[in-house]
Amino acid sequence: MKEKMNDSELELAKRCSGKLLLRKEIPLNDHQFHSLLAKDVFIPVPSIISTTFSKICQRCGNQEKSQFAPLGIQHKQVIWYCRNCIEMGRVVKTEPLYRWNGKPLQWKQHLDACTWKGKLTAAQANVAETICQAVKQQRASLLVWAVCGSGKTEMLFPGIEEALRQGMRICIATPRNDVVRELLPRIQSAFASIPVQALYGQSKEKRGTAQIIIATTHQLLRFEHAFDFMVIDELDAFPYHNDPSLSFATARALKPAGTTIYLTATPRQQQRRQMQLKRLDHVFVPTRYHGFPLPVPVMRICFFLQRDLKRGNVPRVFKKWLRHRKNKQRQLLIFLPTITLTKLMVQDLTELLRSENVIQVSSEITSVYAADPDREQKVSQFRNKTIKAIVTTTILERGVTFPSVDVAVIHAGHSVFDEAALVQISGRAGRSADDPTGEVVFFHDGKTNSMVRAIQAIQAMNRLGGFT
Amino acid sequence: MKCLYCQQLIVLKLTWRTLFLPERKPLCRTCEESLVIIKGSRCFICSRPSERNKCEDCLWWEQLSERDTIQFNYSVYHYNNFMKEIISKWKYRGDSSLGYIFGHVFAATFRKLRSTLPQDIVAVPIPLNEQRQLERGFNQAAMLAGFLPIQTMEILERSTSEKQSKKTRNERIQSVNPFIVEKAINKPVILVDDIYTTGTTLRHAGKVLLEQGCPFVCALTLIRG
Repeated sequence: MKEKMNDSELELAKRCSGKLLLRKEIPLNDHQFHSLLAKDVFIPVPSIISTTFSKICQRCGNQEKSQFAPLGIQHKQVIWYCRNCIEMGRVVKTEPLYRWNGKPLQWKQHLDACTWKGKLTAAQANVAETICQAVKQQRASLLVWAVCGSGKTEMLFPGIEEALRQGMRICIATPRNDVVRELLPRIQSAFASIPVQALYGQSKEKRGTAQIIIATTHQLLRFEHAFDFMVIDELDAFPYHNDPSLSFATARALKPAGTTIYLTATPRQQQRRQMQLKRLDHVFVPTRYHGFPLPVPVMRICFFLQRDLKRGNVPRVFKKWLRHRKNKQRQLLIFLPTITLTKLMVQDLTELLRSENVIQVSSEITSVYAADPDREQKVSQFRNKTIKAIVTTTILERGVTFPSVDVAVIHAGHSVFDEAALVQISGRAGRSADDPTGEVVFFHDGKTNSMVRAIQAIQAMNRLGGFT
Repeated sequence: MKCLYCQQLIVLKLTWRTLFLPERKPLCRTCEESLVIIKGSRCFICSRPSERNKCEDCLWWEQLSERDTIQFNYSVYHYNNFMKEIISKWKYRGDSSLGYIFGHVFAATFRKLRSTLPQDIVAVPIPLNEQRQLERGFNQAAMLAGFLPIQTMEILERSTSEKQSKKTRNERIQSVNPFIVEKAINKPVILVDDIYTTGTTLRHAGKVLLEQGCPFVCALTLIRG
């Protein structure tokens, strides 16, 4: 017979199992903690391991020399700390991390937990079935390559339901916290009876005790062998694809026999190569859920673009395009490469849009960037159409859905707009069934490979989807 | 070389001079430009940017003659949002190496002041209380004092554990003196701290030093809040 845990023990086990925690992250006083430590319920793990030539942070896997700094000297030994993961609480060499070694948690099994009543299209159902199979057979990994707006989240529901039926713990991880915030209500409403928690930098919820966790990939640094089923959304997004500590974290958060599903619309070179070599199983969804093709971007050359950008003027070609848009009811999503440019350009754009009667008052246009304190609010205002036009950096390139927008990329030749970014940006247009088309225009002063390849990739996907 | 704050690669211009005498910069250009050094006319007592030589606050302090214990305070930087972020990461996250951002400028400021200061002056950093020192693992004021080309003496001790930054202006001014002098000193002293907000902390420290027979107390702070 299994001993029954009382509530406070259960809560503690939920908070600490499957994690590597700092002392101050464990919600116990010194006395309680030491008694549990003596009973081997917590096991100390060295936090920074020094080898002959390098040091390794055991929480984030950081090995780079410049990211370790001395805190002081104790007993003639330098006390190092890791700067790479310092935002999550400082890891110091002299303070160990603690691993839970108490009774393993049994998560509840839920039959038919999915309360989502929508219907999947044939293409979606096909993928959903493949995901279910992967869960049942406990396959290591599966990549779902689905174009922007194909309804990736909905495809996951049968797979999650299957995992819940088997009493698995589930994590949906993504590099962006906007995406986490958008996913939380959707997942919660689809699985109304299951506790769901969202973890991201500013979230009020910090415990991470629910059976379904939605988290930014940074938050996974605290987990170790916690999840049976993991979904990594927007695999190719910044900062996941160029920060090795994040893939380290996601790999460690999964249980050894667990399943990982990768979702992406724009796989990077590395994944494509693995798919070609058949090292990574994948399914491909070339059509959107509403059955219309992806809008193909148009390139417009702007002479004197650099001069205009310097002065904060809107290029003339942009003005011309604005006058001849097909559907003037659509909202405007304008991408610029840098924060300084968004701030500079928004003034001239306000004047222009007012003179063109696109907006009536200047509060209907705004700019948004990563460090903007009102970012969430502005995005939700844009979503409920109190804001007509938004000027943004690449932060809104993915994971956000606006029903009816026209997309303009000014200075599309800038290096921040790589192929993946441009494909994602183009994917913002025409996402709803009511308005399945939308215009996407790249304003540039010279084609770049990224622009050409992005357009080719979109056309290729449309071809594969049966549109010629 | 990477920027200490944003981890971006710093690309230096290659000239004959930098080839043979490479300069080490702690910050990249964008971060460096976001820190604003106090320039132009300022209050001679507290370093607040102002047209007058003595600002109203300092006149007010002068009336309370027994609490007005420091000759002057000199601050290096303005307190803007970027500085706030750096300070919170440095102090509250405990990223001690961020202190090296200020080393060069802090020492240069001291050298500029040197001629106006007594010869055998020593630096005394404002201490943390014991528990916080243990938590944080370093004292930011001691770190700043370490950059100065003079002797550092950690002779103060702080007894209470209240956080200054969580109080209102009036509460701060009314607060009791938390400092004790461990060892009397007969040399002139320059107090070192990270931030001057109301000046209460520095004046408290100055008071206990003067009572123990210290002949001269002034202050050098990184930021004028």
